[in-house]
Amino acid sequence: MTATSEPARQRVMTSRPDLFGLFALSGAGLLLAAVGARWVTGPLVPIALGLVLTAIVAVIWTAVAGSPEAKRKIAPYGLLKPGMLWLALFYLAPLITLLRLSLSTLPSRFAVDAELDWNIGNYTTAFTDFAPQFGRAFLYAGTATVFTILIGFPLAYVIAFRGGRFKTLLLGLVVIPFFTSYLIRTIAWRSLLADTGQVVQLFDTLRLSGFFETVGIMDNGRVLNTPAAVIGGLTYNFLPFMILPIYVSLEKIDPRMVDAAHDLYSTSVEAFRKIVVPLALPGVFAGTLLTFIPAAGDFVNALYLGSPNTTMIGNSIQDQFLVQNNIPLASAMSFVLMFIITVFVIIYSRFFGTEDLT
Amino acid sequence: MPVIQTPASHGADAPGEPVIVLDGVKKRFGSFTAVERAHFSIDRGEFFAMLGPSGCGKTTTLKMIAGFEQPSEGRVVLESVDVSRTPPYKRNVNTVFQQYALFPHMTVAENVAFGPKSKKVPKSEYTRRVAEMLEVVRLGDFAHRRPTQLSGGQQQRVALARALVNYPSALLLDEPLAALDLKLREAMQFELKRIQREVGITFVFVTHDQGEALTMSDRIAVMNEGRVEQIGTPEDIYHRPASLFVASFIGTANLLPGELAGRDGDDVLVRLEAGGTIRASGGGTSVDDVGARPEGSPVSVMLRPERLLVSNEPTGAGISDGRRLSGTVEDLVFQGAAARLSLRLADGTDVITHVGTDTDLPFLRPGDTVEVTWQPGAAFVLPGWPPRAGASSTDVDQIEAAL
Repeated sequence: MTATSEPARQRVMTSRPDLFGLFALSGAGLLLAAVGARWVTGPLVPIALGLVLTAIVAVIWTAVAGSPEAKRKIAPYGLLKPGMLWLALFYLAPLITLLRLSLSTLPSRFAVDAELDWNIGNYTTAFTDFAPQFGRAFLYAGTATVFTILIGFPLAYVIAFRGGRFKTLLLGLVVIPFFTSYLIRTIAWRSLLADTGQVVQLFDTLRLSGFFETVGIMDNGRVLNTPAAVIGGLTYNFLPFMILPIYVSLEKIDPRMVDAAHDLYSTSVEAFRKIVVPLALPGVFAGTLLTFIPAAGDFVNALYLGSPNTTMIGNSIQDQFLVQNNIPLASAMSFVLMFIITVFVIIYSRFFGTEDLT
Repeated sequence: MPVIQTPASHGADAPGEPVIVLDGVKKRFGSFTAVERAHFSIDRGEFFAMLGPSGCGKTTTLKMIAGFEQPSEGRVVLESVDVSRTPPYKRNVNTVFQQYALFPHMTVAENVAFGPKSKKVPKSEYTRRVAEMLEVVRLGDFAHRRPTQLSGGQQQRVALARALVNYPSALLLDEPLAALDLKLREAMQFELKRIQREVGITFVFVTHDQGEALTMSDRIAVMNEGRVEQIGTPEDIYHRPASLFVASFIGTANLLPGELAGRDGDDVLVRLEAGGTIRASGGGTSVDDVGARPEGSPVSVMLRPERLLVSNEPTGAGISDGRRLSGTVEDLVFQGAAARLSLRLADGTDVITHVGTDTDLPFLRPGDTVEVTWQPGAAFVLPGWPPRAGASSTDVDQIEAAL
């Protein structure tokens, strides 16, 4: 009798701490998100927050006073807790609020609070009225991503394989622009690209203006306020996000693998194509995500380096949120942007998904 | 046993003819000379080892054969063609790298197929060769695994197959067993030997492990500080070393300094610093003829520990003919198959002998006086004096620790 019941009872005993941890974690997270999203209002708020606090205290108490087995099992949930609660309050709750707003209508042009009436009209407006901005956002971000790869890969390659003792210094130089504000760096480009600035002067002196007009980099003798300037700004600002991940994956490549490819009858070009590029792909993949996603939603470069003809979706969202005050439409546009980026990333990772590489 | 038809084994190419010739090869890096006039040839089908401590130039020599380094002087001749300035991808030699350098993004089969594919061998041909070579290294079932999913020994065999599938004129192995643990290393020694016999390709093998070199090689080149000290069969190198360095680097040697006292037929007489005169062979066989030197020149006598016989009472005059030393017991360490007996001669020189388990050991205690004798021919004379008289050996683990 005892022989059969003992293991069964033990199993329940030992499986309880992790079940409890999971329950406490998800319960507290959902409650906090509900409070943040204002689903729970009025006198229920203190009760909900009290429950969250109780769950936290209970987990800590188990971790401190529980049996060694219970401590071990509860530990992961305890460690996940700060991050999960943070995300629940500052990511999940705003996301829910945003989703609700995107399905709401402003009763009047001057109203502050929108009313939830499951109005999908915001989404149709986002698609119909802002198609060019969406198109430009993905075109500019995509072009800038390609340029960051073209510039960043050789740079990362040289640092990783030829950097020698200057490796750290060179990496430092890549990161140093980060010490200045993103905004300042972008505004600095304005004076560089200005009609009386160094770049235009140089082009004129070298008599290259005509060539750049045909290529599309210059427009009526101007560089600033052209699509090229916006793409240039995006490329410049996101370049380090491409260099660093590529560098990390190149750095892991044993140079003897390249030697081995030479030994096995490959020229330098073949060795690069068959060994270095495939092994650097995880870095290119990570760099693309780090560059393309924020660049697609960026509005700073288009704002300072572009013109009304180069507005990207980020500018439109900012305009709807802060200037037009049409928060429901701005929310719907944000969701559409998120959705399209997610689809892009899923398709992209299907083709370049390299998770089986270590 | 699959029979491998190598292009090289056809026609007029008889075994015994040189595949690789190093013709006065010298390599300098700035002011540092890594290899000083390497001048030897490696025959077809041979298992050739380059042995020496780290920094002796053996790996640089291998790299010059592979094409990763160019000689500063001299020529590297492969299959009668001067390849000194030919890049690695145009040389028909393949290397097994120390850490294997397998391509992690390819399967085992793709790794092995890499060479033939680059050489534009037709697909039907190279798939056959890949399958065949994976059988030779006994990895047929692992063709679709990634290298990271294999053990160290299996990765080693993939690296071998990847090189051998190209039917190279010679296979170059750079410390191929160094990354394996001791048990596996011993198993792989025999495995390498078997594979070499099976494919009949010349193996050039670089190692700092004298045991490995002695076990596997047909011939060994012992290198020290960029110079080739001796080239010969394992027996030659062990029993008839050309220099004090070779004697002390290979196995354990008791090196007793003395001066030349005369000559008797093929033997020489050496008056030891430790007292007494010893009859030693090798007077006319070593590279520079020790026996022809004037009397009184500094020479050393090498005695291998396992060839010494120990007895604890004087053996009388019958064997006293220059084949006897006496000393006191310092230490006796049981080592399983044999015991290691440390003796001290009258002048304080340490001598090590190996005593079989059947000898009357229980009677030996530190401080006892014993007699050491040996068979004629066991003492070997070498020019010069060792840096330190007595027993010297190169401990592989010490070298590895220093790497």
